Amino acid sequence: MDLLSRKATCNSHGQDSSYFLGWEEYEKNPYDVIKNPQGLIQMGLAENQLCFDLLESWLANNPDAANFKRDGQSIFRELALFQDYHGLSSFKNALADFMSENRGNRVSFDSNNLVLTAGATSANETLMFCLANPGDAFLLPTPYYPGFDRDLKWRTGVEIVPIQCSSTNGFRITKLALEEAYEQAKKLNLNVKGILITNPSNPLGTTTTQTELNILFDFISKNKNIHLVSDEIYSGTVFNSSEFMSVMEIIKKKQLENTDVFNRVHIVYSLSKDLGLPGFRVGAIYSNNKDVISAATKMSSFGLVSSQTQYLLSALLSDKKFTKNYLRENQKRLKNRQRKLVSGLEAMGIGCLKSNAGLFCWVDMRHLLSSKTFEAEIELWKKIVYEVKLNISPGSSCHCEEPGWFRVCFANMSEETLNLALKRLKKFVDDGNSKRSCQNNENQRQKSSRKKTMSTVSNWVFRLSFQDREAEER
Amino acid sequence: MKHLSTKVTSNAHGQDSSYFLGWEEYEKNPYDEIKNPNGIIQMGLAENQLCFDLIETWLAKNPDAAGLKKDGHSIFKELALFQDYHGLPEFKKALAEFMEEIRGNRVTFDPRKIVLAAGSTSANETLMFCLAEPGDAFLLPTPYYPGFDRDLKWRTGAEIVPIHCSSSNGFQITESALQQAYQQAQKLDLKVKGVLVTNPSNPLGTMLTRKELNLLVDFITSKNIHLISDEIYSGTVFGFEHFVSVMDVLKDKKLENSEVSKRVHVVYSLSKDLGLPGFRVGAIYSNDEMVVSAATKMSSFGLVSSQTQYLLSALLSDKKFTSTYLDENQKRLKIRQKQLVSGLEAAGVTCLKSNAGLFCWVDMRHLLDTNTFEAELELWKKIVYEVKLNISPGSSCHCTEPGWFRVCFANMSEDTLDLAMERLKEYVESTDSRRVISKSSHERIKSLRKRTVSNWVFRVSWTDRVPDER
Repeated sequence: MDLLSRKATCNSHGQDSSYFLGWEEYEKNPYDVIKNPQGLIQMGLAENQLCFDLLESWLANNPDAANFKRDGQSIFRELALFQDYHGLSSFKNALADFMSENRGNRVSFDSNNLVLTAGATSANETLMFCLANPGDAFLLPTPYYPGFDRDLKWRTGVEIVPIQCSSTNGFRITKLALEEAYEQAKKLNLNVKGILITNPSNPLGTTTTQTELNILFDFISKNKNIHLVSDEIYSGTVFNSSEFMSVMEIIKKKQLENTDVFNRVHIVYSLSKDLGLPGFRVGAIYSNNKDVISAATKMSSFGLVSSQTQYLLSALLSDKKFTKNYLRENQKRLKNRQRKLVSGLEAMGIGCLKSNAGLFCWVDMRHLLSSKTFEAEIELWKKIVYEVKLNISPGSSCHCEEPGWFRVCFANMSEETLNLALKRLKKFVDDGNSKRSCQNNENQRQKSSRKKTMSTVSNWVFRLSFQDREAEER
Repeated sequence: MKHLSTKVTSNAHGQDSSYFLGWEEYEKNPYDEIKNPNGIIQMGLAENQLCFDLIETWLAKNPDAAGLKKDGHSIFKELALFQDYHGLPEFKKALAEFMEEIRGNRVTFDPRKIVLAAGSTSANETLMFCLAEPGDAFLLPTPYYPGFDRDLKWRTGAEIVPIHCSSSNGFQITESALQQAYQQAQKLDLKVKGVLVTNPSNPLGTMLTRKELNLLVDFITSKNIHLISDEIYSGTVFGFEHFVSVMDVLKDKKLENSEVSKRVHVVYSLSKDLGLPGFRVGAIYSNDEMVVSAATKMSSFGLVSSQTQYLLSALLSDKKFTSTYLDENQKRLKIRQKQLVSGLEAAGVTCLKSNAGLFCWVDMRHLLDTNTFEAELELWKKIVYEVKLNISPGSSCHCTEPGWFRVCFANMSEDTLDLAMERLKEYVESTDSRRVISKSSHERIKSLRKRTVSNWVFRVSWTDRVPDER
């Protein structure tokens, strides 16, 4: 296949990965409350569908924004021609303010330090192109969003080295794990260019703690050529905003504005999760590093935000009454919905990692595994997809080191659908429990093997199965 | 600049390139009919501003499309969530049909072979990522759009090797030029992966002839390489002859389902034909399933806003609109081009005979002091500072002969164009008298062909400008 690049051909297989099944099954048999009540319920898509009513009523009250009008006058021409990679300033200003609001106005963002991109997917890739050369590495705490394997590595040639996190301490980043990851990169002869965290975390649904942030900042203060990228795409989904600490707040708190660390910390943002607008392709890079801003701005040519969309959202986000109410309502509804999922799972003896953000829970199904292996995780996952008819995401797809964890989304469906999903799962667990107590007597005589086996299909195949799916599923 | 990638640091300089001056001058002093009648007239931006009224009328009559409604019902939620990199099916269908209409329905486009991208800037870069390894080369006929240096090479690591075209035959691609370029690439130890042409051409404003297209298809067949045809200006053809796409040629040669057809790819965009560069709508069309598959995944890095896809699916599905629009667009472009051509003629300046595009390729060789690029730069500065017109010097497009300039005509009103022509005429007349005296002394000086600033500096000056200026 010499005619195409390796980038193009390395991705051609993977279509027959078993992980694909969940998605395929869903598409073959999607749940619909009226048309297909026995269908598969999609719980693998981290979408925020809880506040569309707020957006729709704003649109109804402000028709100019979508209709290319400003104060009743048509600005269609202006927008049709506007392709300046510096972005619509009214939009950037509104976005910067929105980001501040999301952080309780504890920090302020300068729109001159903002680069607009076609979604966080584009923002993350662009940052890699700016910060790293092919063969360089970024350290990422596990578990992490499967899409990073494509977004950070594919066309950039950058490598990911995992910072192993474990359930023993709630999957928190430890100094030891960070140093081990760094050593591992060195062993692999990879030049570490930075650390990338998602805060709040996908798939954990937790905000990064002050302790973790201190560890990260200490590390990059000592290692002066390492960047810290904080993907804060879920910042508006924190149930209680005082619990969210952005890297920019740390900089302010530690008074690092005049140090070189200031130039090595960057934020990625997007409106796909907080506002539930993944289709509009709105992402951003925020950096105090003028060189990064300058280069990223030029690179944004490859993924600019539609001026039609920039204008609509500049009007929306400039409406402070709207944003204030939206952020508050959004948090409230997400918190309620998460509670429903958590208590529903509790009622069937399933625990979750205690979470305070995100559109999903990190669910502990280790006790449902037939053995402490990734094979058993896949087996369980297949049962949940085919028998229980719920599409959830197995932890191995997120590079989790321990089998038995699953990411389950709660904000992309109605309350009724969530109740139904829980009902189905409870039935499965109850049925399984009776079967299990019979088997348990037999098994008690066998030693449980604690061997961790690699997932049945290699990482890249798994990654590809995600890649072949909906582009921005996070 | 510390701790950043080489992609970033290699591009850090060039900010002080002299070519920047034209843009900077314009921004310092932009012409405005009322507020700044002595300002610089922008003739370096290939925008199509001639048919906005048609689109605005359509929008007024069809408020649902922009209002995120279908048959009066809100589909906001559906669109807000729609991020499928396969694209909105009704949009791809409408786009495929629009592309067919532009080609007189002589060829068909299968929507499943279309990959949407955030503008043709993104489409071209994505194709490079799919077809070339870092260090591989694509052959491009000169002169070419300056943005290609960034779009095709920057992050991909691909190289461009020029196919030199000359005014001696109207800058048409010849077989010997093709072969020479191929050999040059080999000398430079570069593996040639394909040829990329812009048809109609930017900056020439001409369509590739059937002869050239046949030559290209034969060439890529014999070398087993790709052909990318950037047909972004396909809807701006206003001559008597219709636009001949590379797809027409494949059909005529009965190569439609052949192996060669898998190596021919078309790039399109709505930025020029519809005048919508701000909406970021581009597309790759390929007969190769693997290319479509890989490019589709890569489009994740530059998807088209669903809000925009929906609006344009409604617009382009309206066949009454598209048929009227294409017709009117051609008419108005033709008239406007004529206005520029005759205005230049009145100033004793000729153009390459053109039948498409939003610009003319203007011959100012006779206005140069010497047959050199230094002289071209000098003339350009005069035109920017004294005549107060921002036009694009040929060297920025890698033209091998000094003295040619690209002058845009569709991004301003008729009156502004008249004024620009008047200013140019005045300048030419005032310098004519001066030149008669100095010409004889220069006749003895041999022409130098060296450029004063390196390519990359020039390229970088363009990259610092408005992104998709073509």
